[in-house]
Amino acid sequence: MSEKKTKRRDFLFTATTAVGAVGAAAVVWPMIDQMNPDASVKALASTEVDISALTPGNTLTVLWRGKPVFIRRRTQEEIDEARAVKMEELIHPEKDEDRAKNPEWLVMLGVCTHLGCVPLNDKGDYNGWFCPCHGSHYDTSGRIRKGPAPWNMEVPKYEFVNANTIKIG
Amino acid sequence: MSDHDYRPKSKVGQWFNDRLPLLTLANHLTDYPTPKNLNYWWTFGGILTFCLITQIVTGLTLAMHYIAHADMAFESVEHIMRDVNYGWLIRYIHANGASMFFLAVYIHIFRSLFYGSYKSPREIIWILGIIIYLLMMAAAFMGYVLPWGQMSFWGATVITNLFSAIPLVGEGIVTWLWGGYSVDNPTLTRFFTLHYLIPFLILGLVVLHIWALHVPGNNNPVGIDIKKPSKDTVPFHPYIVIKDGFALLMFMIVFAFFVFYAPNILGHADNYIEANPMVTPAHIVPEWYLLPFYAILRSVPDKLLGVVAMLSAILILAVLPWLDTSKIRSAVFRPLYKQFYWILVADVLILGYVGAMPAEGLYLLIARVATAYYFLHFLVILPVLGFKEKTLPVPLSITEPVLGGSPNLAAVRNKESKIE
Repeated sequence: MSEKKTKRRDFLFTATTAVGAVGAAAVVWPMIDQMNPDASVKALASTEVDISALTPGNTLTVLWRGKPVFIRRRTQEEIDEARAVKMEELIHPEKDEDRAKNPEWLVMLGVCTHLGCVPLNDKGDYNGWFCPCHGSHYDTSGRIRKGPAPWNMEVPKYEFVNANTIKIG
Repeated sequence: MSDHDYRPKSKVGQWFNDRLPLLTLANHLTDYPTPKNLNYWWTFGGILTFCLITQIVTGLTLAMHYIAHADMAFESVEHIMRDVNYGWLIRYIHANGASMFFLAVYIHIFRSLFYGSYKSPREIIWILGIIIYLLMMAAAFMGYVLPWGQMSFWGATVITNLFSAIPLVGEGIVTWLWGGYSVDNPTLTRFFTLHYLIPFLILGLVVLHIWALHVPGNNNPVGIDIKKPSKDTVPFHPYIVIKDGFALLMFMIVFAFFVFYAPNILGHADNYIEANPMVTPAHIVPEWYLLPFYAILRSVPDKLLGVVAMLSAILILAVLPWLDTSKIRSAVFRPLYKQFYWILVADVLILGYVGAMPAEGLYLLIARVATAYYFLHFLVILPVLGFKEKTLPVPLSITEPVLGGSPNLAAVRNKESKIE
């Protein structure tokens, strides 16, 4: 066998394998991607909430994209407590000013960042929220202070449509 | 493998067997030489096969009445319980069957640990077993989600969120698993599909598990290599078939007790409340058979490391044949290992207990100590023990301690001359 012939074979093998791999990937990807959120799930992207009945010191829980969203009208003490915390004390440092643009209103996903349970209102060592599943404590700004959760509760995209309505998403 | 020169007696049998040697396979399975000293701990392989078939048969019949939709799943399960003829019986067998399956598999695994069945040349049997065990856990978890009760929903939320601990891609993976932004209908339908698929994957792996077993043959309580066939073996049929059958009957009594007298004792009352994404139950606990791993997860105060510890606790078993450095298989001849074995059993039971308790105070402390010990056992004690332990003399054959003889005559003579 001459050397030239072997090289031709090598080229054919490599080319065939490469085309085969691309073809297989092109077939596999739709099989994987079909499991991602579909168009009907994505369509439910935003929700409007009437907050006129909410008095200070109370929380409204609404469902957005299948997850609870806490809308808390905070009292002055809660705001003061949240704003007095030094950044060094926080596990996931975020200023309360950034989390609640309008200090009276705290809007966040009511989902513990540990493993996704719904934390309980007005519980825990920091007067905020407490997750009963694995014992994470959140403060009055929804920031993680103690326990296994790695991050603060997430603040979703939202805006005040008018004085009485919040649009989430 | 036993003799391949088997020929069926009948002409038709020979004609068929020449074309598809199924009769040779059947002959191999019935004549398969089995150590004659196998005790009742060895009957759980057969019991597990029974459990798998029970789950598949009851699962198929339940699937004829169940509706995998977030709005209808809970009601369809109640429909099975109240309206479908014997639906209550089939569902209780299936639900308790999962627990019985795990009970048997834990006994089966701990039998291997005691008698060193995972050691050379049986590593592949052992690793196949660990893969089956992992698939069992996946199937059990997804099956628990299907009734769409509160525990179903929040168990699914917590377990799928474990993947969010993976850096960078974690959140994307969780969304992909859910098919949405939370556990919802797309999650339920895919879990149903996979729950239906996995038992058949397990069935295939069981075939490989038994195939791999039939190459070296069974380990035995003495843990020595034996000649096959010899005075140390008996044919699988009728000896082992009868013994397995009797053990299976005893097992079915326990099974029937749960099904008929305490069908809900191993479940959680919360799962008779329909799934509600707005309210998490006060106390989320997995099914009893996952509790030790749940305790390990919670004992680590960091999210990613907790998940890593929990997965490692299972995967460490796969490399066990290489962590255990002792050449002696059976704990009968390993006085120190025998003690550490029972400490490990206690450790796992303690982990299971604290896994069911709230993760705080003393429970958390105990969980941390027990978790540390679990890893210490596999990563430090076992490798060191192989070098340090003074093992007891191992008999040359199974019959030797009883009759003083051995199928290996030369070895016996050699030994006798040494005594003189």
